[in-house]
Amino acid sequence: MAHIQLPEGLPGIRGAMAFRPETAKPLNELVEILLHRPNSLTPGERELIATYVSTENDCYYCQTIHGAIAAASLDGDETLVKKVKVDFMNAAISEKLKALLVIAGQVQKGGKHVTAEAVADARAAGATDIEIHDTVLIAAAFCMFNRYVDGLATTQPRDEEMYRERGKRVAREGYITVSKDYMPQAITR
Amino acid sequence: MPHISLPEGIPGISSGFAFRPETAKPMRELAHELLHAPNTLSGAERELIATYVSNQNDCYFCQTSHGAAAAAHLGKNADTVNQVKNDFLQANISGKLKALLVIAGQVQQGGKHVSSESVREARKLGATDLEIHDTVLIAAAFCMYNRYVDGLATWQPHDPAMYATMGQHLAEHGYTTPSPKP
Repeated sequence: MAHIQLPEGLPGIRGAMAFRPETAKPLNELVEILLHRPNSLTPGERELIATYVSTENDCYYCQTIHGAIAAASLDGDETLVKKVKVDFMNAAISEKLKALLVIAGQVQKGGKHVTAEAVADARAAGATDIEIHDTVLIAAAFCMFNRYVDGLATTQPRDEEMYRERGKRVAREGYITVSKDYMPQAITR
Repeated sequence: MPHISLPEGIPGISSGFAFRPETAKPMRELAHELLHAPNTLSGAERELIATYVSNQNDCYFCQTSHGAAAAAHLGKNADTVNQVKNDFLQANISGKLKALLVIAGQVQQGGKHVSSESVREARKLGATDLEIHDTVLIAAAFCMYNRYVDGLATWQPHDPAMYATMGQHLAEHGYTTPSPKP
């Protein structure tokens, strides 16, 4: 049971966002820019970073929904998503993404854990300053989202098909559009 | 030296914001809503939660700037900021705020650390569901802001006057307009 009275029937962050639309609006805008808008990192790459950090933070809802969005962005390759979660160094992803995942894992432990060496490695593998910036901010943002979802003890159904279907929709339409399902119209604009 | 080429002469999070205005906008709006917009928790109470979490995360820029904002709200009771950072259970604050700080400290350790007992305790001392929600989200959000500021290795000058000016600006105007340059 959630720690506070959240609207029923809305799992994970959706219940919290419906409870407090004023904060949901900037939260949805932030995740839309970081994960969905055009970027030199693909949506699949960015969703893998979000999924990896959520796994490290042990947030079931976030790692499952972002894993599903990542898979939907990667031609349905759920095996790759699972591999990144448990052992990204040996996953079939670019060296650049591996180096960015190292940075994301350091951010997850704490901002001061990010080393100049890890940043130099990412740059040597072709990462730009904005890609390094976005990796740091995606990892930091998921240290927020994960704590928000688990800190309120939201409902997190164990129903892979639900996440898979939702993941396809978010990958296609983005976070702001999909949020209109549960957010008051005046706030989502 | 910052890990990436951030604009020079801009301290802390402001340099990340200047580097990437697209993400700065929702991050500013979130802070404004959580810390400055009208709320049953006062500006001082919310800034103390932000300061405490930033202190636990060992982020110098965030704990100093939000400590200065809290001090600006508190006026002659500004020494409460140091009491909260050192040992909030003995600080000159309400029992309700102490209970909310317990929850904030649990969120800082990880979302699953928040216990039903601490939520019940906060409710017993008068905290509403909305206040508990906002405490959880302020604490979670500062686990983001702190990591962003330190994860980019931003410039964090040790200049008390600069933070005092910044704190005054934040207490008066909130977060949607940039602080004056140091």
